[in-house]
Amino acid sequence: MRADDPKLMRIEPPKLTLAERFFLPQIAEGLGVTGRHVVGVAFQKKAITVQYPEEQHVPSPNYRGVHRLNKDEHDRIKCVACMLCATACPAHCIDIVGATAPASWPDREKYPESFVIDELRCIFCGMCEEACPVEAIELTGLYDLTGLSREQMIFDKTKLLSVFDATKDAEPMKYAAPLSGPAPETKMLPSPLD
Amino acid sequence: MLWVAIGILLKILVVVSIALGTVAYLIYVERKVAAYAQDRVGPNRAGKELGIPFGLLQPLADGAKMVLKEDVIPGYVSRPLYMLAPVIAIVAAMIGFAVVPFGPVGPPKQIMDFQIAPNINIGILYVFAIGSLAVYGIILAGWASNNKYAFIGALRSSAQLISYEIPLGMSILGIVLIAGSLDLNQIVNWQDRRVWGVFVQPIGFLLFLVSAFAETNRLPFDLPESEQELVGGYHTEYSAMKFGMFFLGEYLNVITVSYLTVILFFGGWDLPFVLDQNQTGFISAVFKVMVLLFKVALMILFIMWVRWTLPRFRYDQLMDLAWKSLIPLALVNLVATAAIVQLIYSSR
Repeated sequence: MRADDPKLMRIEPPKLTLAERFFLPQIAEGLGVTGRHVVGVAFQKKAITVQYPEEQHVPSPNYRGVHRLNKDEHDRIKCVACMLCATACPAHCIDIVGATAPASWPDREKYPESFVIDELRCIFCGMCEEACPVEAIELTGLYDLTGLSREQMIFDKTKLLSVFDATKDAEPMKYAAPLSGPAPETKMLPSPLD
Repeated sequence: MLWVAIGILLKILVVVSIALGTVAYLIYVERKVAAYAQDRVGPNRAGKELGIPFGLLQPLADGAKMVLKEDVIPGYVSRPLYMLAPVIAIVAAMIGFAVVPFGPVGPPKQIMDFQIAPNINIGILYVFAIGSLAVYGIILAGWASNNKYAFIGALRSSAQLISYEIPLGMSILGIVLIAGSLDLNQIVNWQDRRVWGVFVQPIGFLLFLVSAFAETNRLPFDLPESEQELVGGYHTEYSAMKFGMFFLGEYLNVITVSYLTVILFFGGWDLPFVLDQNQTGFISAVFKVMVLLFKVALMILFIMWVRWTLPRFRYDQLMDLAWKSLIPLALVNLVATAAIVQLIYSSR
C-alpha cells in the first residue's frame, strides 16, 4: 500500500475536552467504580469468590476436570480401544493396550486390556473427549485432583472407571446413545473390569 | 529536667510503638481494600481458631512470617550499604513524625502536648527535609543491590523525588502565607479561627495531594517498585525483615502524609462549631485526638482507594505531569495567593 492510496484512512485520536485533559472527572468516575465494588463486597456480600473448604465451587457443565471411562448399561466399559484419543492427545498422556473382545461381547472387536492416563502430563484440553467415537472417555467436573506421589497420579482403568461410578449421578453421560448391537447373553463377565 | 526528658522518651516510645502497630494493621486494611475492589473477600482466616473474626490476627501472622523467613543476602551486593539502606528508609520515615501534631498542642499550660517536639516554628520545613532523606534509603538499596532492576528503580525514585519535591513544597506555601506560620499548630489554629485550608487553597490542596502520592511512592506513582517491569524495583534483592523494613517505611510515610494533608487542608483536630482552640480540658483534648485520627483514617483509606483505581503512569508522563503541569500551576497559585494576601488580606 502506498502513502497516497485513496483507500488509506487517517485516524486521528479523539480530541480531548478541557475537562478530560485535567483527568479529574475521569478519576472521579474511576473512583466511583472501585468504590461501588468495595461497598458491594464489604456490605452487600457481592464477592464472587467461594470460601473453599467450607463451600464447594460448582464448575460449569463443560468444565474439563479429571477423566472418567464411561460404562454402558450392562456395566461394561464403553471403550473399544480404537486409539483415537491416544492419537489426538497433544500431551501423549494416554496409554492403551487393546485386546480382542471376549466372545460374549458381540458388539465390538476390541476392548482395552489396560487404559492408563498420566494425569500429571495431561493438559485437560478435552481433545480425547472430542475424538472418542463411542463417548467412552469424558472429562468430569472434579477439579480437586491431588496426590502424594507421581505414581498416584497415574490413573489406570480401575481408577478411571471408579471416577465414573463416583460422578455418574452428578454428571450423567453427555451422550446417552446406547451402543448398537444386541446385548450380551449373560450378565456375568466382570472379567474385563477386573 | 530529668522528668521532662523521661516524659519525652516515654512519649516517643508510645508514639513509635503505636505507629508501628498501626502500620501492621494498615497492611491488613490495604489487603482488605484490595480484595474488596477486586470482588474478593481478603484475609479472613487468621485467628479463626481463637474466635477472632475477620482474620484480625493476619498482621501478626504477616509479621511472624517476615521475622522467621530466611534472610538471603546475595553474594554480589555491597554489604555495608545493603545493610544500611533499609535502616535509613525506616529511620527517615520515623523521625519525620516527630513534629507532626497528633492532637491539640496548645498554650504552654496544657496537661500534655500531643506532639513529640512541640511548638517548633519550622515544623513543616523539617518534615519535607526528612521526607527527601527517605530517597537515600531507596537509592542506596538500588545501588548496593548490584542489580539492574533495583538500580533502575532507585534512579527512577530519585528523579521522581526531585521532580515532585518542587510542587509539593510550593503547594503548601499558599496556606503557609495565609496562616502566616510554618508551625503546623499555628496553621491548625488559623483554620480553626477561619475556614479549612481546602476552601481557601483548593488548587494547593490538589497539587499537594498529587505530589504527596508521588513522594510516598504510592500508586499511580509507584514507578520505583513497578512489580511488572522492575520485579519490585529497589527492594528486589531484599528478603525477610529487611524487605519488611522498606514496607514499614512506606506505610509510615503514608501515615505522615495523611496527617499532613489533614493538618494543612482539613483543619487538623478542628470540628467546626464544636471544637475550638480555647478548649483546653482533658476531655476536649481526647476528643480532638479522636477527630484527627478519624480524618487521618479516612485519608489513608482514600490513598488505598486511589491505588486500586488508577493505573501506573508511564515514566515520561510522570515527568510531564510534574514539570509541565504541577510546577506551573503551583507557581500561579503561589503568586496569586501572595498577591491576594499582600493586597487584600493584610490591609484589613
